[in-house]
Amino acid sequence: MIKQRLIVQKVCFSFLKIAALLNGAALAVILYFIISRGWRAISWEFLSQAPRDSMTAGGILPCIVGTMALCLVTIFVALPIGVASAIYLNEYASQGKLVRFIRLGINNLAGVPSIVFGLFGLAFFCIVLKMGVSAASGGLTLGIMTLPVIIGASEEALKSVPNTYREASLAMGASKWQTIRKVVLPVAFPGIITGSILGISRAAGETAPIMYTGAVFFTPDLPASILDEVMALPYHIYVLATAGTQIEATRHLQYGTALVLIVLVFGMNLSAIILRSKIRKNLRI
Amino acid sequence: MQTHIKMHTKNLDFFYGDFQALDQVSIDFIENRVTALIGPSGCGKSTYLRCLNRMNDLIAGIRVKGLAMLDNDDIYDPSIDVVTLRRQVGMVFQKPNPFPKSVFENIAYGLKVNGMKDKAKITRIVEKSLKQAAIWDEVKDRLNESALGLSGGQQQRLCIARALAVAPEVLLMDEPASALDPIATQKIEELITELSSKLTIIIVTHNMQQAARISDRTAFFYMGKLIEVNDTDTLFTKPELKQTEDYITGRFG
Ligand SMILES: Nc1ncnc2c1ncn2[C@@H]1O[C@H](COP(=O)(O)OP(=O)(O)OP(=O)(O)O)[C@@H](O)[C@H]1O
Ligand SMILES: [Mg+2]
Repeated sequence: MIKQRLIVQKVCFSFLKIAALLNGAALAVILYFIISRGWRAISWEFLSQAPRDSMTAGGILPCIVGTMALCLVTIFVALPIGVASAIYLNEYASQGKLVRFIRLGINNLAGVPSIVFGLFGLAFFCIVLKMGVSAASGGLTLGIMTLPVIIGASEEALKSVPNTYREASLAMGASKWQTIRKVVLPVAFPGIITGSILGISRAAGETAPIMYTGAVFFTPDLPASILDEVMALPYHIYVLATAGTQIEATRHLQYGTALVLIVLVFGMNLSAIILRSKIRKNLRI
Repeated sequence: MQTHIKMHTKNLDFFYGDFQALDQVSIDFIENRVTALIGPSGCGKSTYLRCLNRMNDLIAGIRVKGLAMLDNDDIYDPSIDVVTLRRQVGMVFQKPNPFPKSVFENIAYGLKVNGMKDKAKITRIVEKSLKQAAIWDEVKDRLNESALGLSGGQQQRLCIARALAVAPEVLLMDEPASALDPIATQKIEELITELSSKLTIIIVTHNMQQAARISDRTAFFYMGKLIEVNDTDTLFTKPELKQTEDYITGRFG
């Protein structure tokens, strides 16, 4: 009897373990695939020059700069609004109708397909607000798309701050805002930042939201202001792989670009993790 | 002997939604005395204590009826500033809850949020508060280290120092020693006795001996009602009601 239970347990655990291992395996396969095909494309020229000869040669510097510009706009838009919303929802709002309505909105925002964000961005930012196809329009579109992620991460982080801290602070005659700013936010900060960076690095790899709003097929110039159009890594891959004149001949460039994109995204995630553990250590929690 | 009533409640009712947790509670708290609140678990001691600095306001759907006064101010009057009230009526919680900040910052926090900017003055008050809470000698060399590195008993005395820093007139303590070992408990008890010369203290405790040792007056709660309140000596030796006697002699609860 006991033996049978142990066997059942073993089988179940093995299943769980295999499921978990599959994640790692998927990542490994993707990485192997891209690195093995892309590393030959990587060179100093590739990273530091604009594309040449109808994008069959040269580098991808405008795409790297463009993606970074989009990310910066995204961060500037989505981080403050997202964190502010999370603070309002988690710390201030009583759980009434308004809050339910806001939450419904956020949840639905999370479910909107990215191409729809792209069309919305085109209609609203590019045309109604007259920002044209630009890093600003693209970044704003990505920002709206990222908001639910940032709000979710921030709310999680705020929820994980023990209530006893809030009580201790209020009991000493601190106002609610002082309590949030000086006690709650510092403790929640690492979680907020990590979650947000993960969300933004996800946005960095999106194509659909930026292909009508921020990214263009080709521009040799680096953006001089956020109202300039940009090239972007994911869109560049898409263009080379589907619309170029020499799709087969530029395969290595496609994989090279993908590799750069992945390194960029991993870099962001890694810095998020390092930042978090640094702050945690400082807070000594 | 001249006695001043520092705080009192009259016919205080308290509701969590539809559930009535306090029923017509009237107690006078004498200035610079220790009053112990005793009673079986769930009888409303914490609820009552948290009415006195309006900590219950944080809970949705609560309702308070009756009178709660600090000196001549009705603390539930709409014109009362809750932030000021909580500075006057400090609180120490059951579980030590220092902030994840340095020892120094923990104490300085209350001063800073109340608008004090003068660094020298802050440093002076931090030291004074830590001395008052009898923990200065143990932490004076680690003021800049995290308060979370202290032992449970040290953390609790730090929390008391933190509460003292803003110079409250009344100190509410909800089972402040229940998470501590006997030696740490003894230190807290000595501290309470010491502090009561300048401070009105209201303390919830489950420990009869502790109530008998440290309090001047004791109030016995049962099922949301105040059953009996009297000088501690009288209440423990000649309780008026059978219910009180049964509880303090351990026959129920
Ligand atoms: N937030 C709350 N919402 C609803 N009911 C509550 C809440 N907090 C306490 N109660 C109820 O109010 C009653 C009194 O609780 P309270 O915490 O004041 O008791 P207590 O005397 O402090 O008990 P203990 O000695 O176990 O700490 C209990 O029946 C409890 O279940
Ligand atoms: Mg209690």
